[in-house]
Order: sequence, then C-alpha cells, then structure tokens
Amino acid sequence: MIPHSGPVLEAATTGGSLLVLALVVPLVGVLLAFAAGGRQVERIALATMPLGLAIAVAIAVVMGQTRAPLVYLLGAWAPPLGVALRADGLSAVMMAITALVICAIGVFAHADFRTPAGSLEARAPFAFWILLLAIWGALNTVFLAGDLFTLYVALELVTFAAVPLVCLDGRAETLQAALRYLLFALLGSVLYLVGTVLLYGAYGTLDIVLLSRRVHPDAATLVAAALMTVGLLAKTAVFPLHLWLPPAHAGAPAAGSAVLSALVVKASFFIVVRLWFDVMPGLPGFTAAQLLAGLGGAAIAFGSIVALRQERLKLLIAYSTLAQIGYLFLMFPLAFNAGSAQLESGGALTGGLLQTISHATAKAAMFMAAGLIYAGLGHDRITGLGGVARALPLSVLAFAAGGVALVGVPPSGAYLAKELLLQAAGETEQWWWAAVIQAGGIFTAGYLVLVLAHAFAPADEPVTLQVRVPWTREAAALALALCSLVLGLAPWEAYLPASRAAPSGPLVLKAFAAAFWPIVGGAVLAVLLGRWGKRLACAPAGFLVATAGPLRRAADVVGRIIERADGTLRQWPAAGLSLLVLAILFGAAMLPAR
Amino acid sequence: MTTASALEMVLAAVVLGLAVWTIAARDTFAAVAGFIAYGLLLALVWVRLAAVDVALTEAAISGGLGGVLLLGAAARLRSSETLASAERPGGVLRLEVALLSAAVAAAIAAAVLFLPDPVPTLAPAAAANAGATSLGNPVTNVLMAFRAMDTLLEKVVLLLALVGVWSLAPDRFWGGRPGLLHYADPQGVLAFLARLLPPVGIVFGIYILWVSADHPGGAFQGGTVLAAMWLLAMMAGLADAPPVSRRWLRLLLIAGPVVFLIVGLAGLWLWDAFLAYPAGHAKPLILAIEFAMVLTIAVTLGLLLAGAPERSAEP
Amino acid sequence: MSAATIFGLCAAAAVGLGLYGLITNPQPLRKILAFNLLGSGVFLVFGVVARRGAASGFGGDPVPQALVITGIVVAFSATALAVALLLRLFQATGSATLRAEAPPRTGSDATAA
Repeated sequence: MIPHSGPVLEAATTGGSLLVLALVVPLVGVLLAFAAGGRQVERIALATMPLGLAIAVAIAVVMGQTRAPLVYLLGAWAPPLGVALRADGLSAVMMAITALVICAIGVFAHADFRTPAGSLEARAPFAFWILLLAIWGALNTVFLAGDLFTLYVALELVTFAAVPLVCLDGRAETLQAALRYLLFALLGSVLYLVGTVLLYGAYGTLDIVLLSRRVHPDAATLVAAALMTVGLLAKTAVFPLHLWLPPAHAGAPAAGSAVLSALVVKASFFIVVRLWFDVMPGLPGFTAAQLLAGLGGAAIAFGSIVALRQERLKLLIAYSTLAQIGYLFLMFPLAFNAGSAQLESGGALTGGLLQTISHATAKAAMFMAAGLIYAGLGHDRITGLGGVARALPLSVLAFAAGGVALVGVPPSGAYLAKELLLQAAGETEQWWWAAVIQAGGIFTAGYLVLVLAHAFAPADEPVTLQVRVPWTREAAALALALCSLVLGLAPWEAYLPASRAAPSGPLVLKAFAAAFWPIVGGAVLAVLLGRWGKRLACAPAGFLVATAGPLRRAADVVGRIIERADGTLRQWPAAGLSLLVLAILFGAAMLPAR
Repeated sequence: MTTASALEMVLAAVVLGLAVWTIAARDTFAAVAGFIAYGLLLALVWVRLAAVDVALTEAAISGGLGGVLLLGAAARLRSSETLASAERPGGVLRLEVALLSAAVAAAIAAAVLFLPDPVPTLAPAAAANAGATSLGNPVTNVLMAFRAMDTLLEKVVLLLALVGVWSLAPDRFWGGRPGLLHYADPQGVLAFLARLLPPVGIVFGIYILWVSADHPGGAFQGGTVLAAMWLLAMMAGLADAPPVSRRWLRLLLIAGPVVFLIVGLAGLWLWDAFLAYPAGHAKPLILAIEFAMVLTIAVTLGLLLAGAPERSAEP
Repeated sequence: MSAATIFGLCAAAAVGLGLYGLITNPQPLRKILAFNLLGSGVFLVFGVVARRGAASGFGGDPVPQALVITGIVVAFSATALAVALLLRLFQATGSATLRAEAPPRTGSDATAA
C-alpha cells in the first residue's frame, strides 16, 4: 500500500519523468492542434488520447511496482524555492480515470464535432478538441502539482477551458450560464488566492509537503483555511453555492456536459482533499468537518428532490450531479480521528475517492446516453421518453448501468465506497452520517427508477428516430457505464489506503441485498415526487400513481417549497451572501482547534 | 511620522477613494475611468513596496490594457444600463453583504498585520541561487528559472483564453477578422498619434524586454507595450486585425510556449531536468525564450482586446 | 506606520470593496470591474508580504512578486474572456443580465444536445 502522503523526497525518483510527460503531452497536443487547424485538430486530439492513456497507465504500473510515491523536481530546483511534481496513490487513480473518461468522450464526440466536408475549418470542432485537450492537461497538473500556486494556475486553466464548452452551441441561455459560471468561479479562485498569500506570509513556502510540516493554528492560517475552503466549494458547486451548475451542465453539448460533470468539478474537490488531508490535517477540527458534511447532506437532499421534479432529462442529470457532489463531502467527518484531532488517510478517504471515480465514469456515461436520446428523439422531455428503450436499447442500457452503479451494487466502486464509509461511520460512532449515506443511495435510485419507468413504458405513437445514432457512440457510453459497474474489482488497494474487506457470500445475493432497499425506496420517491404526465392512464405504474394521490399532493407541496428555495438561492446576491456567511462560519468552526 | 509615510498615507487614501468610486459610481463609464486612475496610482504603490517589475505590469496590463478593454465594453453596453439598475437587490441585503464583506476584509487585515516576526522569506535562497542563471533581476530568475512551470502554464492560459474568445464568434464569421473595422479621421489627433507613437513604443517594448535580464522589466511588460502600439494602429484605422485563420498568426501565437517547451524538454533529455538550464548557457537560452514569448504575448494580448471574429476574412 | 502596514490595510479594504461590488451590483460589467478590484487587492497583499520579506540586499522577496506578475496576467485573461462573453450575450439577446429566467417548461428546444 502506497502511503498517500509519503516521506519527503528531495530528490527525484525513477520514473519521475513520466510525470512530466503526463503534463506535457496534452499541452503539446493543444499547441500542435492550434497551429495545424482545420481537420488536423481532431486527428491530433484523437492521436494524443491513447498516448496520454498509456502514460497514465505507465505511472500506475511504476507506482504499483515501487510501492512509493513518484517525485520530480522541475528545473532541478528543490522546494521551497522550486516546484515539485508528486504522484501518490490518489494522483495515480485520478489520472487513470481521467484518461479513461477523456478517451471515451473522444470516441463519443467524434460524430458531433467533425469538420463538415467542403469547409476548411469550423468553429465548434476547432474549439471543442482544443478545449478538451487543455482540460486534460490542466487536470493532470492539478493531480500532480506539489505547490499551491501552481495548483491555482492549473485550476484557472481548467475553468477557462471549461467555460467556452458550456456555450459552444451559441444559444442565448447557454451564454448567460457560461458567464455566470465564469464569474462565480473567478470569485472562488480569488478567495483561494487570498489563502495562498496568507500561507506564504506565515510559512515562507507554498510546497504542500513542507507546509504540512510547518503548519500550526494561528490567525493567518485559520483565515487562509476558511477562505480557501469556501473558494473551492464555490468552484465545486456545493450547496448553497450551486447557482451556476444546473444551467451550465444542462446547456452544454452532450460531450461537454460529460466532461464538466465527470471531471471538471472534481478538480477543485481534489484540491480540497489535498488541503484538508495533506496540508493541514490537524487544523479543521471536528466542527468544521461536520459543517462541510452538513453542506454535503443538504446538497443530497436538495439536489435529489429538485432533480426528481425536473421535466428535462439533462436538467435531471445536472441536479443529480449536485447531489452526488454533496455525497463526496460526507467522507470528511468520517476520516476525523477524535483522539489525535486529525484527519486521517484511511478507509473514509478511500471511500470518498472510490465514490469520486465511480461518479466520474457513471455520470459521463449517463450524460452521453442522454445526449444520444436527445439526438434520436429530438427532445429530452422525461414524460415523452416512452418507447425509447425499444428504439435506442444500448443508450438506455448505458443509462441504467451507470445509474445502478451509482446506487451501489457490487462489484461497483460506489458499493465499495458505501461499505467503507459505513464502516468508518460505525468506527467513529457518527450514526447520523450513516443515515445520510443510505438516504443518498435511495435518492439516487429515485431518479433512476423515474427515468427508466418512462423509458420502458410503451409509446403512444411509434418512435421514429430523427437521426441515425451510430453504434460506436452508444458503445462508448455503454463501455464507460460497464466500467463503473466493475470498478470495485480493480487493484485499488495498491494505491488507496484501506484494506479490502473479505468477500462473503455469493456476489449475486449481495448484489440483490444491496440494491433491494434503495430501489424500493427510490421507487416510492419517484412515485411521490416525479412527473408522470400521461402515464397516469396506463397500469400498473398508473395504478400506483393514482392510489398514492393524497400522498403525491403532499409531496408536491414539499417539492414546490424546495424548488422555490432553490430558485431563491440561485439568485446571485443570495449565493454571494451564502458564500460570505460560509466563510465566516468556517473560520469560526476552525477556531476551537487552536 | 516621516514625510515618506505621510505621502504613503495620502497615496493610500486616494487609492481607496478611487476604489470606492469604482464600486459606487452610477455610470459605468465613469466607474471604469476611475478604475484606470486607480490602476495607475496602484503602480505608484507598487514602487513604494519596492516591486518595480510588478509596478510596470500593473500599469501596463491591469490599468492600461484592462482599462481599454473595460472602457470599450462600457461604451458598447451603454444602452443596457437603465434596465440593469432596476435589478438592484434591496437595502437590507446590501447592508448584510456590506457587513460581511467588511468582516472578511477585517479578518484579512488582521491576518496580514499579525504575520510572524521574523518574517519567513525566500529572498536569501533566491540570492544564493542567482548564480545558476547569472541574471541580475531576481524576479526574472524566479519567473524563468525557479518557477518556470508557472510561467509556462500561464502562457497556455493566455492561449486558451484566446481560443475561448474566438469560440464565441458566430459560425458564419469563423476564420474572419476580429472586431469591427475602425475608422478615424486621417487628419485627426488619433491618426497622428498612431503614426508618431508606434516606432517609439516598439523601441520601448523591446528595451523593456532586453533590460529585464539585470534590471526591472520583463517579457510581459514589453509585450504589453508592443500590443498597445498595435492596438493604437488598429484603432486609428491604419492597420486591420488579421483574419484568425491565417497560418502565420497561429504560428506566432504558439511561438512562445513552443520555444519554452523545446528548451524545457531539451533540459529533460540533455541536462538535469525538465525546465532546467545548462550551467553557463542559461542566459542566452532564457533570452531566446523571452524573445519568442514577447512576440506571442504581444499578438495574444492584442487579439484578446480585438475580440471574437465579427467580419469575414475578405477586407 | 511602515509602508507595509499602510498598504496592507489598503489591500484588505480593496478586497472588501471588491467583494461587495461583485455580489451586489447586478450589471455583469460592474461585476467584472469589481472582480478586477478584488484581484488587485489580493495582489497588493502579496506585495505587502514581499516587502516584509526584504533581505539579502533585495527590496522585497522576489517570489511573491513573481507570483503577482503571473496572477495579473491570469486575471487579465479572465477579464478578456468575461468581457467577450458579455458582449456576445448582449449581441444575442439585447440585454446584459445574469438574472436566471424561469426554466423553459417544455423540453422541445429545437437545437442539438
């Protein structure tokens, strides 16, 4: 097992130059594609993808063999003066999944972003492939950089490459969503920068490992921790700072939504993990960790309920991203060791990381499937999805597989993550988070059941596809969904800090037991809160829906209240106010740790 | 209290007054004008903080080019002003935000005022290692040698921002010329200045780059001056923005990062490490990189200000 | 009061003003302006930290100064992208506002996913 924050190595390790290649290859791709232009842009991008995937795999293999982190000193200057690249188990896992998702998106987007015959160069393909490569290079830098300011520049690169993806098709509402995203993300990164300068002023270095040795609770460090955390939460769209995410992720083209939901939001989340677990594990304390997970729990409830009430599939998936992001933050209090008052890298961290990578693959697959359904049907109204299971079986299967993987069925990564988190909740006696974790699974099942019920229902008129959907695109989505289903089988114990629980009992039985209650609970939620439209007429779903009439009316009232609250919070002044309130709250919450 | 600190207090007060004006002014154009003045005075503040390189950058990029960008936008958006001011949040909300912003500002001020003494600093380390590149300007040393990765990433950020701006063009104008065609009276002051200033400006820009090895200056500052001269010529109608599909333009835009990467990768295979320089030959290599960078920066900044393609490629 | 203290307070005040402007002013261009003010305040904090770190014959610690130069360029790129987005939004809709309209009730937008 590779210690995820290894001993300080002031010299580069063998295999360190692989880290440089991981950064440089996508960036070289961007530069070459930009200069070559025209049809070469897509070819260069598609050529870079297997190369990048090979490098990510090579890094994982080398680390698996040496069982130690990889270090590289840029310019041969050691920190604190220079910048180091460090790859530990977390980095290797995230880089591998990023490479996988990007390759799948490359295959998927090939049909959407092809330079049309007869023109030398087109706007959308040129922009899309260059932005995709840039996001990849920047993400690798986020996962590898060992310096807080380099992380800032890399994070800004991710944002500048992600924002144009939102408005790539040029519609007015996507332009507005992109501008809102950009401005709120800039607010977040400026707050992060304030924290960086205060840390430098207090300790004279921005290197993560050196800081972890020097950090102690004083005024500058507390202010820095609070501001950096809140700034990164704004970039990750955690409740109540989520105003920009639903319109941005729903308005982007399908391949863009997949990148945005699966990978881009994980960059700022990863930096929060680095901050809390590596730079200052002893600083936040019990209260701040509870506050962070409280926001996560609220995100799960809010995001899921609003998702269930959506009429459009892409908006439902976008709101479900909000809920899943909240789920990721549940690991922080569970990693808190009351004895040492520190955040420990153990089962909870592994659970959170496994959930992150499961969500990355599953959500990308779901957005891809939704994009194919939209392209095929010409719309993505949930109530109008009848018959699509027969028309586009592979896409619906991809959507279902991704959703089931997220609900948590062995051997998916989310199932293992849930087991590890529940184990940590039991060990630290925080039973309330165990309840939230179970609720998260039920909510996820809720919108899955809703969409699948509509998709499998018979159509009123026979479904005619607007465009022919090539099987390669469906295959890419399906492959990614199946990956998320079997992620639990990967040899992650070589990279992440926890021991695999011994398998007990046949897999099928465990799968059934794990899925049964969430799906039943989810079905109840879907019946109560979902929009059923004309389905009320047909049995048996209609029968269920009709009998639950009074309960549905009550649930509708609750849903309306939550939707209105969400609408209020998503106004800019309210979100800004919440940001400031959270900054003060976190600062206050971290105080007793002094 | 010495004269120096009295003057500094006056400077700080004026700067803060301009900052308040920028936020509080009703008319956006006036607010931007206040912001430009704020930027220029801030450059003086930087000089008082013994950071001349930063003062040059602040005046050139933030006050100068940033001011032009915002001023142009304010002029084009004038008709939307009255509509937007109807959306102002209520007084209670504004009071709450004001109080909380003040609280955050106070926290930052407290953190800054109570930083540890003796101050942890990397100045001795930077001084001790200056011999590796034999450059006299410590900031250039940090930018090009110790933290070269940040500078490389920042070049890519500039390029990506340009790609983002270009991607906003309507499909039919893709590959065309950015911005609107400018026209200025050929006998007027603008055209006169646009003929007079660029030769001087180009010399200034290259000088700022050349001298940055040992004195305050740098590729960013020099490149900004060059970009400003190009923009002046464009605004006076003496030159037109090139179509974005031209090959030479694309090559110029990647020249800086490409040269940087080539030297960096040569370091990976031939010398110590990625972005390392060979002992004794660092200075000419750094100057070569900076020369390529200044061309790229000048063209990138000029095009960022020109905006997304709005006309077709034919003149 | 040394230069570092005076300008440190000035920087914190600029940050506070920028935050207020970014959150309360409804016009996107004023938000961008406030963001620039906020950014300049943060960079000024860097400058104060650099000035306090003067040693070895330098007037200030060169590392934070270099970080500020990088930061100013990044902030300018952000401003350029934001302004271009805003102008395009104004071109497309005739109004420049960030207010979220009610989501369209029907899902039949006749554009590609």
